[in-house]
Order: sequence, then C-alpha cells, then structure tokens
Amino acid sequence: MYSRISARALARVIPSQAVKASPALATSSRTFATSAMSLDAKKKERVKVHFPGALDSHFSQVLEIREKMEPIDTFRVMDTDGKVLDSSLEPKVTEEFATKIYKDMLTLNVMDLILYEAQRQGRISFYMTNAGEEAYIGSAAALDAEDEIFGQYREAGTLLYRGFTLDQFMNQCYSNDMDLGKGRQMPVHYGSKALHFQTISSPLATQLPQASGAAYAIKRSGRKNCVMCYFGEGAASEGDFHAALNIAATTSAPVIFFCRNNGFAISTPASEQYKGDGIASRGVGYGMHTIRVDGNDVWAVYKATQEARKIAVEQHKPVLIEAMTYRVGHHSTSDDSSAYRSKKEVEDWKRHDNPMVRMRKWLESKGWWDESRENAHKSTQRTAVLKAFAAAEKRKKPQVSEMFNDVYDKLTPNLLEQKKELEELIKKYPEHYDTSNYAKEN
Amino acid sequence: MSSMLKKAAVVSIPTVRQALIRSNPVLANALLAKRSYNSKGGVEMTVRDALNSALEEEMIADEKVYLLGEEVGQYNGAYKVSKGLLDKFGPKRVIDTPITESGFCGLAVGSAFAGLKPVCEFMTWNFAMQAIDQIVNSAAKTHYMSGGNVDCPITFRGPNGAASGVAAQHSQCFAAWYGSVPGLKVVSPWNSEDAKGLLKAAIRDPNPVVVLENELMYGISFPMSEAALSKDFVVEIGKAKIEKEGSDITIVAHSRSVGFALEAAELLEKQGVCKAEVINLRSIRPLDIDTIIKSVKKTNRLVTVEGGWPQYGVGSEICAQIMESEAFDHLDAPVVRVTGADIPTPYAANLESFAFPDTEVIARVVQRTLNKKIGA
Ligand SMILES: Cc1ncc(C[n+]2csc(CCOP(=O)(O)OP(=O)(O)O)c2C)c(N)n1
Ligand SMILES: [Mg+2]
Repeated sequence: MYSRISARALARVIPSQAVKASPALATSSRTFATSAMSLDAKKKERVKVHFPGALDSHFSQVLEIREKMEPIDTFRVMDTDGKVLDSSLEPKVTEEFATKIYKDMLTLNVMDLILYEAQRQGRISFYMTNAGEEAYIGSAAALDAEDEIFGQYREAGTLLYRGFTLDQFMNQCYSNDMDLGKGRQMPVHYGSKALHFQTISSPLATQLPQASGAAYAIKRSGRKNCVMCYFGEGAASEGDFHAALNIAATTSAPVIFFCRNNGFAISTPASEQYKGDGIASRGVGYGMHTIRVDGNDVWAVYKATQEARKIAVEQHKPVLIEAMTYRVGHHSTSDDSSAYRSKKEVEDWKRHDNPMVRMRKWLESKGWWDESRENAHKSTQRTAVLKAFAAAEKRKKPQVSEMFNDVYDKLTPNLLEQKKELEELIKKYPEHYDTSNYAKEN
Repeated sequence: MSSMLKKAAVVSIPTVRQALIRSNPVLANALLAKRSYNSKGGVEMTVRDALNSALEEEMIADEKVYLLGEEVGQYNGAYKVSKGLLDKFGPKRVIDTPITESGFCGLAVGSAFAGLKPVCEFMTWNFAMQAIDQIVNSAAKTHYMSGGNVDCPITFRGPNGAASGVAAQHSQCFAAWYGSVPGLKVVSPWNSEDAKGLLKAAIRDPNPVVVLENELMYGISFPMSEAALSKDFVVEIGKAKIEKEGSDITIVAHSRSVGFALEAAELLEKQGVCKAEVINLRSIRPLDIDTIIKSVKKTNRLVTVEGGWPQYGVGSEICAQIMESEAFDHLDAPVVRVTGADIPTPYAANLESFAFPDTEVIARVVQRTLNKKIGA
C-alpha cells in the first residue's frame, strides 16, 4: 500500500531526481526534494485533468505520496493572561455585551457545581458539567437568536446565553411538571423551541446530519439564519459526522459544525481517537471552509463564529470550526476521570489555561470587572441557583395523563382505552391512587 | 391477548400490588423483598464475572480470539465486563476503539472474514444501531452470498433491554430485531451459567452470534455448578432449559424475565395455585420450539414473558409456532404474552418499572390463564 510508505522511506528506493517535491508536500518531503526546474516553469507546464472527480487537479510526473498537510493554525485573540496579542483584533464590543458573556460563564460554573453535588447526594439521577469549556459561550454570542442550535449535551451555556432560565434548567433536571420535556429524558437533555434549541438526543453524532437537514430547510425558507451544531471530537469518529459534512457541503447547507475538541471522549484521549491534524483537517477534505480556534479564548471563539456565520448565511455554505480546549470535569457523574488521567494534569490546565481567568483578566484590563463584582455575581447566582433548585425539587411531577401523550400526534386506540381505564380507577379508588404528587389535570 | 398485557404492564399493576398488600401482606413483603438466587454453599459468581471468565478462557484457548470496542481496555469496559483483560492479553488482543460503532464493527466483521474470531462489544446494544448494516447485511449474509466461501466467526455482545433510569433511547430490547435475521444466531442469557456457557459457545461458533446481555443482571450472583466452572463448559446454542418442572402451565421467558417467572411460579406453588413449568429460552434463534411444544403438551397452557415490545416480538413468534404445531391441539386456554409496554421506555422510575413485566404481573396473568378455557 503506497499510502503506508512515508515519502522519506520512498526516497531511499527511488532516485532522488525522480521524487520532486510539490509545494503542498512541504512538511513530509522538504528535506530531500531536489528540483532542477524553477517553480514558474513547472506551473506553466502543468496541465489540468479532465476527470470529473477532481477538476482542480493537474497532471504531474512526480509520484506524490502525501501523508500530511501543513497543520492548521489555531486562531487566538488573547494570551492565557487575557492580553490581546494583536491590537487589530481587540474586540469592538460594549461593556454590557462582554460582561454578559462572562457572567453567563460564571453562572454556568455555579449551576454545574450545585447540580453535580445534587447528583452526588442522589437528588437528581445524572449530570454533566461544562468546566474548562465555558468559552464556547462566545460562539453563542456570535449567533442570531433565531439560528437553530443542535447540541450534543455539554453546551448548556448556549442555552443560558439565550435566556433559558435557571428555573427551566432545574425543572428539566428534576423532571417536574414545568419541564418542557415532560420528564421524559435524563438530566441535561434540554430543549427549547422558543429559544431555537433542538432537544438533546443521547445517541452520539445523530445531530450532525440532522443539522444539515435543518440548514437545508432554512435555506429553502429564505430566512437569513443558519444552524449551529455542536459535537465532541469523540463523536466526530462516528459515521454520521462524515455523512453530515458531505451532505452539508453538497447541498450547500448554511450550517456551522462546531467541534468542542476537549481532549477526551469519556476515557479515550484524542491521541487514540484519530490520527491526522485534529478534526479541522477533515473540513478541507469535504470542501468546506474550516477554522481552528483556541477554544479557551472567548474572543477568538466569538470572532471565528462571527466569520463562519457570515459564510453560512451569506454564501449558503457550511463551515467547520474546531475549538481546542480541555475537559476539566469528569465525563459525567457516572465517570471518575482519575482512573485515566492524573489529577495534576487537570490542575495544571485549570491553572495555566483557564478560559474563565482569561476572560476575567481581559475584562479587568478594560476596567469592566473586579474582585467585588466577581464576588457579588457569584453570590447572587449561587442564591438564585439554590432558589431555583429548591423550587424545582418541590414542584409536582407532570400530570398523570401526560404518560400517554406524544408517542404519536394522537393517542392510539390502546392508549386511549388505557387512559380511560386509569381515569376511572383513580376516580373509583382515590385512596389507592394518590395523585397528590402530580400536577392537576386541566 | 396482547392488548390486555399492554394494559397490565402500563396501568393496572398498582392495583395488583395494592390488592396484594391488602389481602396478603406477608406474601407481598416476601415478593417485594430483595431478590436473591443464592443457594447455600457452593461457588457463586456474578453474571459479570461469568462473562469475564468466558472471555478470558476463550482468549487463552484460541489466539485468534480478540476483544474490541469502546472503553473495553484501559477502562475495563463501561460495565467492567472486560476487567483485567488488557493487562492479561495486551493491546493486540484487547483493543480500545474510537467512537465509531460502524467502524469497529465493520473492522471486526472484516477480520472475521480474514480468519480471526473477534468479540465485538457494544457499550450497549442501543449504539449498535449505528452498525446494524454490518451485522444484518454483512455478518449474517456473507457466508451465504459468497457461496459458503467466506466464514464469519464473530461474536457481537453487550447489554440489551431495559436498563434503569436512562430513558427511551438507552432502554429497549433487540431480541426480536436480530432474532428475525437468517444467518445470525441470537442468545439471551439469564444467570451466570447461561452467561458463561453461551458466550463461550458463541465465541467458538463458526457463525455470527449476537449475545444479548442485561445490564441489570451484571451484578447479580448465581451459584455455579462444578461443570460450569470448568474451562470446557459451554451451553449449546439453540437449546432451552427447563429451570423448574411443573405440570399445570408453562411459562417461557428469556433474560432477566426468567428470574421473575421463577419467582411467580414459586409464589403460586406456595399459595397452592398451581405447579408451573418455567422454561429459560437461552437462545432466541434458533428457537428451541421442541422443548416448548413438549412442555405445552404436558401442561396444556402457555404464557410467554419478555422485556421487549409486544408487536412482532419473541412471544408473538412462540405463539405462532405453537399455533402451527401439534401442541395447538393440546391447549386448554389461549396463549398469553407478557411483554414490555408498547411505548418508548419512560424515564420516570415509577413508570419505568410499570413498563416491564415483573413477578406480580406474571403471577396474575398465570392465574388468569389457569381460569380460562378455550371456547369458554
Ligand atoms: C452511538 C453512541 N455510542 C456511544 C455512546 C456513549 N457515549 C456517550 S458520551 C461518549 C463520549 C463522547 O465524547 P465526545 O464526543 O468527545 O464529547 P465530550 O463528552 O468530550 O464532550 C460516549 C462514548 C453514545 N451515547 N452513543
Ligand atoms: Mg471530547
């Protein structure tokens, strides 16, 4: 198999004058390439192929065995101390806008801490935190409120940004009568039609081709919107990821695929998840605009998403963004990550490249934030989360009749029959059917 | 008829439970108490350890056997079934894969075509739907389509059926799905002996075998006979096991439901209601209909029990085959299916438990079936 042989190894068997480096081969063959011809002369000589499958290719007498492309750079605006590295990139935003993002990041932290603890105490069944990846809120800030979001499960911050209330989060985690999902899913499987956030679905990567479809629908409608689809680098190994990118590219669907590359998929490190230059390199392969960005840098994420959105909405083209970050928390409450990574590694990330710290320092440099505002926001949010939490815990479960609904648009005859029987039983034997824990039927 | 059972499973159980608590609190308590299948003395083993020892023994016995899947190696498996195997056999034999069921399942199928004996673990069978084409269209059919020239000695395994508190997309039974496919063998162990013997048989089988385990059974201990502890122990695929002999009615179940069927039988026997014969199906395909026919000819009544949905299910298939067999003439009452409720599995714990057969509902259905007469 040719592709298995590195260009370097090949150079040993093929006389060097036969192996000419093409510019694109730079990384793998620069050191041994010899070429008598000038680049200009070479270009002139080049003849385009006519094969329908790769119209931009040229014929060449150089056997090119390409293993790598130049790795895609990671765009950033701020350094790890929150200093803007190039003044032309200084975000032109208002204090209100910038502090809203940061406040949401803080609130997300507070909510995660409390709900994680609640699961540990057995008060909710499951939870997943966002720690380390809070800067993805910058991507939500770059969207229009009517852009459709398809999430994986670790993107609660985008909902928070859009105005999903603490009560709504808590109600979902408690499956109570105010849960928009009627208590039919595990915690963190949020959804909000009003906020254009598609309900989270457990099977990995299924949201990706669906996002292409939703984008296709938007394009047909003529709306000036796009779809934002979040997923992990682990989910990107699923066939659905590849299917989604190809179908989005070929249908010119206005969708942004936003990969949170947080280094882990449960215990599987990114180094074992894929070979090649991350997830971003695949976007180019599918003929798609592609950006890699420092996922711990709110402003880089914001800027990248803004540009991606322009391409999606104005040109009707999909864009892939790979946001590089690190999952600081455990995968979920069912996981103990100390089994596969050192606590020190996690601590180092928290200390040396913390998206919260970077944003906070940037805000402080503007004079828009300080210790007292930090403490005040944390403490009011803590109170607010605890209040919402207590209220959600106390609420009743959904109406008894809800157990029959929504399998189809209408109740099937067997469900109708069962519903009627149950209503009669409840009426007849109220002492055996205590419905006081359930919301009143209307 | 099924409609009654759908109802039974969804709605009427509270009445049964409450009626039972009212009429016979002692029995009710016994019923609701923690279930245990442990005998005194002897060796006991959890289903998880039984599966683990089956894997280990077969990997020792045959170099060609290897395990692959998400988190099977370093993490010891999402449910710790493959605990210690990476340390014992190294990364050539225990392979952690990227998150691509179609990728690793396809790789496993291809390696089986090439002569290896892969054990392909799905974190749960729910996720195998990402790879079902490889199982149904490639693994199951290639031996036939290649004119018998290509073998596919592969084992697909993982937890199947309802788990606990994980909602509809993580909680469903695939026995009927895979059980309908010619070219596949499908087994569904209940206890530790089943688990060990069937998994070993699956690995040794030259055909593709689907092993449907159950997460809720992994941690449960069962006695292991001396024979079952041996490295030569296998359970023949395609043979059901009579777990309890009886004369008045036959209860056929598979997987976790076998335990409930046994409890119901014991309960009814203690109450002096009947002596039920309980058949543990063990294999979904081939289906050991002969054992069921024989039993029905003796007892004249049949109830099937499963966690899967009623429509086109394992029970439906048994009913049809009984109808087409000589056992039909021996039936004194219509066959009844006890199944999971005909709905996506609820997340709410109380509804979830109502959605699946348990001891009480089985006991009630058995009693009803005993009171019924054909034509009456
Ligand atoms: C089809 C499918 N296979 C396996 C799983 C089990 N699973 C849930 S989350 C997860 C890891 C995903 O990792 P990644 O996509 O990197 O997201 P992250 O958790 O890092 O945010 C796995 C394997 C699943 N839900 N669906
Ligand atoms: Mg990840």
